[in-house]
Amino acid sequence: MATPLEQLPQSPQVRAHFEALAKREVVLRVEGLTKVFSSPQGETVALRDVSFVGHRRELLCVIGASGCGKSTLVRVLAGLEAPTSGSVRVGDEEVRGPGPDRGMVFQQYTLFPWLTVRQNIMFGLKRRGMAAGIADREARQWIDLVGLTAFQDAYPRQLSGGMQQRVAIARALANQPQVLLMDEPFSALDAQTRARLQRHLLEIWRNVNLTIVFITHDLDEATYLADRILVLRPHPGEVEALIEVPVPRPRSPEQFLSPEFLATKRVLEKLIYSDDESDEAEAPMLRLTRVGDEVF
Amino acid sequence: MRVHSLFAVRKELPQRANFALMLLSFLVPLGIWTAVSYVPFLWHPKVHIEVPGDLEYATVGMLIDRDTFAEERARLLAAGLEPPRGYRANPVYLPAPHEVARALVTAFQTEPRRSSEPWFHQSLWHSVTIIFWGFTLSSVAGVPLGILCGTYALFARLTEPVVEFIRYMPAPVFGALAVAILGIHDGPKIAIIVIGTLFQQVLVVANSTRRLDPALLEAAQTLGARNLTLVTTVVVPGVITRVYTDMRILLGWAWTYLIVAELIGTSTGITWFITQQARYKNYENVYAAIIIIGLIGLGTDLLLAWLGRRIFPWEPGQADSGLLAKWRQLLPGGRRLSPEPSSTSASIVQGS
Repeated sequence: MATPLEQLPQSPQVRAHFEALAKREVVLRVEGLTKVFSSPQGETVALRDVSFVGHRRELLCVIGASGCGKSTLVRVLAGLEAPTSGSVRVGDEEVRGPGPDRGMVFQQYTLFPWLTVRQNIMFGLKRRGMAAGIADREARQWIDLVGLTAFQDAYPRQLSGGMQQRVAIARALANQPQVLLMDEPFSALDAQTRARLQRHLLEIWRNVNLTIVFITHDLDEATYLADRILVLRPHPGEVEALIEVPVPRPRSPEQFLSPEFLATKRVLEKLIYSDDESDEAEAPMLRLTRVGDEVF
Repeated sequence: MRVHSLFAVRKELPQRANFALMLLSFLVPLGIWTAVSYVPFLWHPKVHIEVPGDLEYATVGMLIDRDTFAEERARLLAAGLEPPRGYRANPVYLPAPHEVARALVTAFQTEPRRSSEPWFHQSLWHSVTIIFWGFTLSSVAGVPLGILCGTYALFARLTEPVVEFIRYMPAPVFGALAVAILGIHDGPKIAIIVIGTLFQQVLVVANSTRRLDPALLEAAQTLGARNLTLVTTVVVPGVITRVYTDMRILLGWAWTYLIVAELIGTSTGITWFITQQARYKNYENVYAAIIIIGLIGLGTDLLLAWLGRRIFPWEPGQADSGLLAKWRQLLPGGRRLSPEPSSTSASIVQGS
């Protein structure tokens, strides 16, 4: 089925980028995905008929207001929730449960507290039956890649939140998954750390053969990272639009003020926030200050 | 120090206040005991007879109520007879601190009255072995079962209802049955401790297991762990520290059941010693035995806490709320936990 595509003006360079992207093979194929949660209180439709594809080495962001089902979507992709109907395919195989072909980085810190940084990264390798010596050597490479060489023998509680999320990324990547699912991985971090990790993620992604599905509610983050942005609409979660981000790569924080960046954000804002502003405007403002005490 | 800082809601006290309060918590009861023992006009409801005089039933060393003593004295004086003499004393069941302190040593040196009876240290050791076997047997069954119940709904539904039911039956009611089945020696005693501990243990361990963060299980699944591997690589290491703390608490409960257990069948161990000494009115030995139980309990807990920190280096130090943790905080240099990366080194790495 056709997905509504929001078209923004693109430079020839960006145009070429998207044409090349569309020609790459499809790694992730989501078709007619519907997820209904049943409870004694009734049924909640979290996702309705969501379809999209992810190409090889594409960075796809999923964005939407809270309650739009973006976390449910990523959990279904990971295989942690079974879809009510529809299908998720990675490569040629249908997803039937969690597996190491889809790495996941969670919003909350999920490093195993009883394992050191290196042991955490070796966890997936060992599950694949890799010999301890080889797994150890591989783990060191991933630790070097995320720049935590000095902390490889530290326990997670000794690391800052940003460092923990880097280890989580390295842990997922060590399995060499086809798709990396990231569920608001930086939302618990402070602004500076988040910016650093976004930059870091782009750097890693450039060097790894990886399709990334990145869930976020942050418009800047989505515009900065994504090739394409999937906008979800809440109640029930449906695809509102699919946007090709016209900001050229390689990306840098200076582009935050470029016309393409601002145009993308304006479109996103309109799509996400246009519906729910009306009821707020009606509410009368309660005045708690004295007359003559105006600040502007 | 301002007074209101001592009453700040959920705030740490200054180091020195901590130390002073900890000393006080021991010194206050000890001080009351000392005062009542050595200050003659405090309490001392009895009179220790030194000279019986013409009081027919009195003997040297006898303890008589002060009222009775005064009446008898008045009666004898009125009759022109020699009144008894003595000094105020506490009842025999309240020995003075120095007597108990001495008994802490002499209890070990006192030969049993009959050659067939055990020495004090043998009684103690017997109690310790009963606890050890009771608790070990209980744990061998209870911990795996608890972890299974906390992990699989199947085991929880199958086990927990009946465990909840049995747990309300006080362990001592099984005493007579245990003797009938296991004889009169150590068997029923160990059984009582197992019954008293096991059912609590299953529920407590199951609850601790349920508190494992489900996100860790999900993360492990996305990394390729499943089924039994998930239990051995995530559930067990994830709950082991909490279960270890549970075990320390449960070991304390096991000591409670010991006293009942030792009365079942033939009385043995520390309970036998206490009953026996009370019968001989050697109350200082009774207190000594009670204090030694306390010391063994506390000592074991401190040892286990210390071991726990060695075995589980990933646990944050403040998770340990036992007395040892407080001690360590007070001792010079005792605050040292495992190395925290300083904020500067963290930011250097993050900047890469």
